[in-house]
Amino acid sequence: MKNSLSWVIGGPQGSGVDSAANIFSRACAQGGLHLFGKREYYSNIKGDHSYFTVRVAENPVNSHLDEINILVTFDAETVFRHAHKVAKGGAIIYDSSLVNISINEVPTIDDQSSIRISDILNTAGYPTTIQGILDFAKSNGCVVYGLPYFEMIEDLARGLNDPSLSKLTRMVNVIALSSSLALLKFDKKQLIKAIQTVFQTKPKVLGNNIAAAEYAYSYIGKKYDIAQFNYMLEPRPPLKEYLLVQGNQASAMGKIIGGCRFQTYYPITPASDDSEFLEANQIFDLTSGAKGSIVVVQTEDEIAAITMAISAALTGVRSATATSGPGFSLMAEALGWAGMNEVPVVITLYQRTGPSTGLPTRHEQSDLLFAIHAGHGEFPRIVFASGDIEEAFYDSIKVFNLAEKYQLPVIHMLDKALANSIKTCKKFDQHKVAIERGDLISKVDENLSTRSGGHYLRFRLSDNPVSTRVPLGTENAIFWNTGDEHTEEGHITEDPDLRNKMVSKRMNKLEKALSEIPIEDKLVCFEFGKSTGDITVVSWGSTKGAIIEAMEMLARRGKGIRFIQLRLLHPFPTFEMMNLLKNTRLLIDIEMNYTSQLGSLIKQHTGSDIDYRIVKFNGRPMSTSEVYYAVSAILDGTSQKRIVLEHGT
Amino acid sequence: MALKLAEYKTTVHNDWCAGCGDFGILNAIQMALHEMQIPRHRAVIFSGIGCSGKTPHFINTYGVHTLHGRVLPFAQGAKLANPDLEIIALGGDGDGLGIGAGHFVGAGRKNVDIPYILFNNAVYGLTKGQASPTLKLGMKTKSLSQPNSNSSVNPISLALVAGYTFIARSYSYDVRHLRDVIIKAIQHKGLAYVDVLQPCPTYNDINTREWFQGQDNIDQESGHQVPRIYKIEDRGYDGVVHNTNELGNKMAQVLDIANEWGSKIPIGIFYQNEFVPTYHERISQHISDYATNPPAKQPLCTTEGVPLADISKLLSALRIDN
Repeated sequence: MKNSLSWVIGGPQGSGVDSAANIFSRACAQGGLHLFGKREYYSNIKGDHSYFTVRVAENPVNSHLDEINILVTFDAETVFRHAHKVAKGGAIIYDSSLVNISINEVPTIDDQSSIRISDILNTAGYPTTIQGILDFAKSNGCVVYGLPYFEMIEDLARGLNDPSLSKLTRMVNVIALSSSLALLKFDKKQLIKAIQTVFQTKPKVLGNNIAAAEYAYSYIGKKYDIAQFNYMLEPRPPLKEYLLVQGNQASAMGKIIGGCRFQTYYPITPASDDSEFLEANQIFDLTSGAKGSIVVVQTEDEIAAITMAISAALTGVRSATATSGPGFSLMAEALGWAGMNEVPVVITLYQRTGPSTGLPTRHEQSDLLFAIHAGHGEFPRIVFASGDIEEAFYDSIKVFNLAEKYQLPVIHMLDKALANSIKTCKKFDQHKVAIERGDLISKVDENLSTRSGGHYLRFRLSDNPVSTRVPLGTENAIFWNTGDEHTEEGHITEDPDLRNKMVSKRMNKLEKALSEIPIEDKLVCFEFGKSTGDITVVSWGSTKGAIIEAMEMLARRGKGIRFIQLRLLHPFPTFEMMNLLKNTRLLIDIEMNYTSQLGSLIKQHTGSDIDYRIVKFNGRPMSTSEVYYAVSAILDGTSQKRIVLEHGT
Repeated sequence: MALKLAEYKTTVHNDWCAGCGDFGILNAIQMALHEMQIPRHRAVIFSGIGCSGKTPHFINTYGVHTLHGRVLPFAQGAKLANPDLEIIALGGDGDGLGIGAGHFVGAGRKNVDIPYILFNNAVYGLTKGQASPTLKLGMKTKSLSQPNSNSSVNPISLALVAGYTFIARSYSYDVRHLRDVIIKAIQHKGLAYVDVLQPCPTYNDINTREWFQGQDNIDQESGHQVPRIYKIEDRGYDGVVHNTNELGNKMAQVLDIANEWGSKIPIGIFYQNEFVPTYHERISQHISDYATNPPAKQPLCTTEGVPLADISKLLSALRIDN
C-alpha cells in the first residue's frame, strides 16, 4: 500500500507527541503528500495520554479514519489503548523493554478503559500485558516492531562520545517517529529537513535530534526485515502553493487580514490559541510597507472580555473576542447589550464538550441552539459556522463584514476539532479578501439631515433598519448608548410606540441580511453520484470533511446523495432550504451532539422531519469510516432511526 | 470660542428623587468638563446600572450607559482602542463593589488612564433600598426588614491593594471640592478612583445629609454640632508618592485614614502614585507606535475594500514548498 495510510503516535502528555507528529507531518507534506492530522489530549499538563493521528494520501484529505495502519508508541499506555485498533497488515512500533508490563501497572489508564481492554484480551485468550496485546494484534494480522529505546539512546551517546546524551529520554519521540518513517521507506532527507524546520528555534537540541533520527532510521532496518512491510510512503512532486496549517492559525490570520485590530480573551481551551497567535504576531506588515498592529488584551474574566470588545467596537475598531462554551455562557448578558445598541462585534466560539466543564479538551457541536438563543429578550445576531480550516480563514473576514453591514454581534462557530487539526491546504489567497464596512462614516457635517433637535440620530428610524454609524469621538455626532430601550438619539424611553418601532428596526435587520447574503454563504450543496436530491444529508461545522469523504465512498458504490452544509445558522435560510428539500424523501441529519440541534432548526423553519439522526457526543470527532458505515446502514434499510456513533480513544 | 457650562447639559428630564446626592455629582462632573474645556465630542461618559447609571444621559457628551457592574471593562476597552478619548467611568456602590467587584480589582492591575467615580450611598436605590456593599454591618436602613448581616467593604483600602494609582474621596454636597477632585482624577496619569459619599434621601435614613452635617455629632466642650466630613489637606495630609522610597509609608497612611468613620470622615486625595506605568505605556513597550497609531486610528482597507494588511510573511512561514 503506497501513499495512503493512517499513522498514530502517542505517549504521555509533555513527552513530545506534538513535535513528533509535527515532524512527521512536515516530512510528508514536504515530500508532496497531503495529510490531515488531529490531536487528542486530556485536560492535564503532564503525564496523561495524548495522541496524534495523521492521515496521509496523494490527494487532499479532510478527515480521519477509525483504522490505524501504523501505531508509533513511546509508552505502555499507548500500546494498551490503541494496539487492538491497528488494522490487518499494519504495524506497531513499541519499546521492547515494556513487554512484561501489565495493564494494572499503568496508573493513568482509568478503570473503565482497563476493564474494556482487558475484556477484549480475556475474550481472545491473551494475558493483559503488553506482550499479550501485541500477540493479540499479531493474531489480527499486524506486524510488531520492538525497539529498545533506552539502549538505543545509550548506544547513540557512546557513538557520539557524549555520555550526557544517554539521559535524554526526550529523544524517544524522534527515535520512534524516525523508525516509523524508515519502516515506511520514506526519504530520509525529508525527515532531516523536517526536523531542522521544527527545531529551528532550538539550535541546542537540533544536532542531537538529527543524530538520533539518523541512528533510529538505520537501526530498525538492521534489526528487522522491513522490506517485507506492506505500507510505504514515496515522495511526490512538491505541493506548490500549499500550507500546512491548523484551524486556530487560520482563524487568527483571517482576523489580521480582515482588519481586526482589537481582541480580548480569558484563557480557555481550545480558544486561547487564537488569541495567542494574534499576540505573537501583533505587529504585521502593511501593503504600504509600514507596520500595522493588533492590541490583544487578556481580561479578568469573559464578561470583561466581551464588554471590552464591544466598547472597542464603539470606537470604530473591528473588534473580537475568542472563547469556548463556559466563557460564552458568561457573555450572554453583554451579547444582548451589543444587540440592543447595534454594535458590530465578533465572538469566535470554539465549541468543546459541555455542559459545565464537560470534557474540556474534547470536541462537540452542542452550542448551536445556545449561540442562537443566548441572552434574554429578543435581539438580532448572526450565527455563522465554518466547515473546515480553509473556511475558517475566509469566514473570519466575512463575519466582520456581516457584523458591520448589519451592525450586530456575530458568533463565528468553530470547534475543538477544527482548532486542533492540521492539514495541507491550498495557500490562502489574501487577494480574494474584501472588507465591507457597511454604513460607517467618520465625518459628520454640522448640518447633516440625520440631526434632529440638535443631536445626531444614531438609531434613526427609516425604511432602512441599519442606521449610519459613527465612532465615538466623531465631531457633530454625539449620541448615547444604553441597554434600556432608547430613542433615536439613544436616550432611555418607555414609550410603547417607540418601543415597537425600535424592536422592529432591530429585528428587521435579520430579514435584510437574509435577502442580501449570497447563497454560498448560507449553505453549500454537494451532489454525489447520480444525486436527484431524494436522499439528503444535512450537517454543519467540522463534520464536513468526514461527510464529504464518506459520501464519495458511497457514490463509488453507486449511491446518489445530496449533502447540504449549513453555514448561516441564524437567521435561518428557510427559503433556500425548503427549495432544496422539496424532492427529498429521505433526510439524514449528522451532528456532534445528543439532541440533533440542526435537525430541530430544520423542522422549526422548514417543517421537514428528519428521518434519520446520526449523532455523536463522546468527545471525539466523527471519522469518515463512522459516517460511511452509518449512512450505508440507513441506505441498506438496516438502521435504527437514531444512530449514536461511539468510536474514539 | 469657550464652551459654556450649559452646553455640557442635556435637556433630558432628570428623574432622580428631590435631594438626591446624585445631583451634586452630576453638577461637579459638568463643572469639571467645563473648567477643563474638554471638547464635547472627545468626552465619553460610561456608566453602570442604577440611579447613577442614568448620569450620562444628562451630560451633553458621548454617553454609554452599560450593564450592571461592567462599567470598568467597557470604559477600558474604548480607552485602549482610542486613547485620545477623554473617558470618565462612573457607577454606584452596588454596581462597582458588588456585582462588579471582580472588575474593580481587575482594573487596578491594568492602570488604564481613566477616572472612575463611585456614587456611594450604601443602598441599592433603584431596586428600592436593599443593603449595598458599603452599608456597615448591623445597620438597618428603612427598607430593610433585618439589620444588614454583611460586613461592609472599604473601597479606599480595596482600591489601594488592587493597584489604583490615584485614590480620593469627596462629598456630593461639597460640589466645589468634588469638582476639583474630579479634575485631578482626570489629569492623573493612570487609573483614578473617586469615592463620593452621598445621601440617598429615600432609602438611607442613617447616613443622611443631616448626619453628614453632624446634627447628632455634638462637641462635648462647646456643645456645637461638628460636621463629620473634614478635608485631609487642611490637616497637612500629603498622599502623593514623590519618590518610590516612600511608597510603603504612603500606602500605610492610606490604610490608616481609610478606617476613619463615625464621628469624623476624611475627604481629599488619599494617594497618588504616577510611578506605575499605565496600560498604554505597557502596550507601547511592544507596539512602539501605539500612542500615535492605536487600533481606532488604523485604516483597514482602501475605499474599494482591499485590505491594507499583508500576511504573506505569516503564510510563507506555513508553506511547505520553501
